[in-house]
Amino acid sequence: MTEYKPLYVGTVTKYVFVESPEMTPGDLAIRAYEISQGVMIKETCFGLQITGKEEDVNAVIGVLRELDPTHIFVKDRGFPPGDPRRCRANLGGARPGYYGHEFEISLIRNVSRGLDSLASRDPEKVPNPPSPESGVALDIRKLKKIIESMEG
Amino acid sequence: MAKVFIYPATSLILSDLVARFGHTPLSAAIQIRERIQTPGLDSPPLQITPEEPKKGLKYAAVEVPSGVRGRMSLYGPMIEEAEAAIIINDADYAFGCMGCARTNELIKFLVRSSDIPVLDLNYPKNEEEGEEFVAAIHAFLKRLEESR
Repeated sequence: MTEYKPLYVGTVTKYVFVESPEMTPGDLAIRAYEISQGVMIKETCFGLQITGKEEDVNAVIGVLRELDPTHIFVKDRGFPPGDPRRCRANLGGARPGYYGHEFEISLIRNVSRGLDSLASRDPEKVPNPPSPESGVALDIRKLKKIIESMEG
Repeated sequence: MAKVFIYPATSLILSDLVARFGHTPLSAAIQIRERIQTPGLDSPPLQITPEEPKKGLKYAAVEVPSGVRGRMSLYGPMIEEAEAAIIINDADYAFGCMGCARTNELIKFLVRSSDIPVLDLNYPKNEEEGEEFVAAIHAFLKRLEESR
């Protein structure tokens, strides 16, 4: 076993995703470069990765969020950008974790709609979110029809 | 500011909403970051060392595969630390090898056995569900804040 010397110790990396009709990842990157004070910014097809001291990263993200609050989403990342253990340039194929982002980004416009409507929502109204209990089970007669159609 | 465990622990939507509403999401990235920023012996790709399955013994028996115990050494401490949890039940992309699948079952079991409030959800498939989804998370976190 060889010695392991970590890179970027004491930093945090955060993903910034933008899924907006009014803003592209390129627009977001230009604004981020304008205000980046010592943080490392990597442009991606979905937004940015920002690496640096936690307070600096949070300050940049706080300003970026203001640009389009309901269409910009942020999450932590464990690895720094370009890490050979995760970067697809070294591995081939999509980066591990990409499929989860791809799936959630396909639904994120629904979350944006929810954030947009939150301010105007009646605070007394009890939320009725999609939950495992609210799922409609397959009707037995429909199942029988499917089986018969396959047998035929 | 409460610590909220999220499942899937890599979820962008949950991580963002919990942080947006003023709480701390407990996600896999924090545990991974801690390991890959700690010097030691090289143990690629995630710096999971032979010590991790030993730590996982706290959450799973010795005959449980080391893959499950190693993963539990990441998630177990977060579940212990959590003051609440939000679970999305139809996250098919969280499916992986048998180690991932069994760990996912164990995570849900531990969350439900611990005495913390849990919000059970599915992903919003349309805009109406999106409105209810966000409102439910907002109300859950607000109640959490008021009960502290």
